[in-house]
Amino acid sequence: MHLIGELAAILATALFIFALHWMGDPKTARRGVFAGVTGMTVAVLATWIQPEIVHHAWIFLAIIAGFAVGIPLSRVPLTAVPQRTALSHAFGGLAAGLVGTAEYFLWVGEHSAQLTPFRTSALVVEVILGFLTFTGSLMAAGKLQEVRWIPQRPVTYPGQNFVNLGVLGLAAALGVVLVLHPTAAWSGQVFIAIAALALIFGVLLIIPIGGADMPTVISILNAYAGLAAVAMGFVLDSKLLVTAGALDGSSGLILSIIMCKAMNRSFTNVLFGAFGKAQPAVAAGEQKEWKQESVEGAAQLLEQARSVVIIPGYGMAVAQAQHKVRELYDALTKRGVTVKFAIHPVAGRMPGHMNVLLAEANIPYSALVEMDEINPEMPQCDVALVLGANDVVNPAARYAKSTPIYGMPIIDADKAKTVIAVKRSKNPGFAGIDNELYVLDNTWMLFGDAKAVLGDLVKQFGSGGIH
Amino acid sequence: MNDFSSVLFVFVLATFIGLGVIRRVSRLLYTPLMSLTNAISAIAVVGSIVVTGADHPLTIRILGAVALFASMTNIVSGFMITDRMLKMFKKQ
Repeated sequence: MHLIGELAAILATALFIFALHWMGDPKTARRGVFAGVTGMTVAVLATWIQPEIVHHAWIFLAIIAGFAVGIPLSRVPLTAVPQRTALSHAFGGLAAGLVGTAEYFLWVGEHSAQLTPFRTSALVVEVILGFLTFTGSLMAAGKLQEVRWIPQRPVTYPGQNFVNLGVLGLAAALGVVLVLHPTAAWSGQVFIAIAALALIFGVLLIIPIGGADMPTVISILNAYAGLAAVAMGFVLDSKLLVTAGALDGSSGLILSIIMCKAMNRSFTNVLFGAFGKAQPAVAAGEQKEWKQESVEGAAQLLEQARSVVIIPGYGMAVAQAQHKVRELYDALTKRGVTVKFAIHPVAGRMPGHMNVLLAEANIPYSALVEMDEINPEMPQCDVALVLGANDVVNPAARYAKSTPIYGMPIIDADKAKTVIAVKRSKNPGFAGIDNELYVLDNTWMLFGDAKAVLGDLVKQFGSGGIH
Repeated sequence: MNDFSSVLFVFVLATFIGLGVIRRVSRLLYTPLMSLTNAISAIAVVGSIVVTGADHPLTIRILGAVALFASMTNIVSGFMITDRMLKMFKKQ
């Protein structure tokens, strides 16, 4: 029986690595899901048939419940994918925290010899990471879902970092105490205190974080969830768990690094340097005025262009405008206009968010171009259509040292011959900075909900308004 | 101590493999990548199965069952939504 378990673990590990390998290309990616499912099934069955498992009904019921909740969660609209992802990090953290808690109290009661210093340390790490990921991710999911009683805007107060680090430091200190005295009469209380502090820390960690930082934060929480699984692997002495957790953790790490680079910020800056605080606007001489364009005029500009670059942002996701984008894409390509999409790494609320939305609208992925590839082409672009993106096209990032977006790589929309910017309101973007792109001589504004504006634009092409 | 070092060894190697493989993932697919790795790390389900199914005290098994439910939710929704998203990526 033990041999079956070991072989199954090796097979599952190999399948998981192949699953990620196949994600390298959209053509092979679905094979990766199949490999992952197979690996998971093998591992679950091999564990289930072990002789010490006797309460089959319990396992069965929990699995059924998992399907009952998991299936609807997999059918959410794609605009809600960031929330779903945050929620799944929360579930991953919760599972690690609970298994850690169960193992600790099991061993403290019956097999205290199991609580070696090493294993107890791993338990402490598992429980801290697991529970902080749980509440932190729940907060992030709540913010993304715009749950009413969770503040959307970053909440900051004096001494915040001191409080946060204090809570985490206290949990870590209690962890050291627990490693030194794993089985004392009061150790159970210490353990519960650690878990409680971790739960509190997760909430405190996410309170000061705002929407534009979500891609980074989700990636960091992804890494934590993976590391919690690794710690669980150390506790249970399971190489399969350690490997799968390490794959998840390294994925979260790489995505976090990419997101941080795309915002020109460091990890610590994202976590401890609340972004949303409005900075004084750049004093750029006299305040310039926007020039508003009519839908007809915008349609004409697009129609006469040879190449159009569409720059989508969170505004497109909020308005669920991706299908209208597709209609515009069709109308323009039919007229021989080359249409490309410029995707900034942090556009939207999670890594890859824009790509998935546009793919949902059946836009071929060959038309989706990364920032670094599109920027050299921008001076040749006739019309840049900015669609609910703001900070990622703000030229102030190049020179305005006083703004939080300084140094952030941007899509060079301002270098296009003409810019049309679709914007929901006249408020400044997330970072609270005026966007001078909107007042450039060659920029025309279209105010309104992205979906409605695009719908009107498409009508111009369809109804014979333009031939 | 021996166990500890061999598991640590596996962790270090797996991290290097992870970094190497993930680095090659297409940027188009970062959202499905995250849901896939999330489903994979729900392999923590094997831990919950042992805690839930073995002959342990009731409270322990309840903790295990909740953990098992949480992991299973991640497995099901993670793999299903990944596949749903990947189906949408078409070249032309």
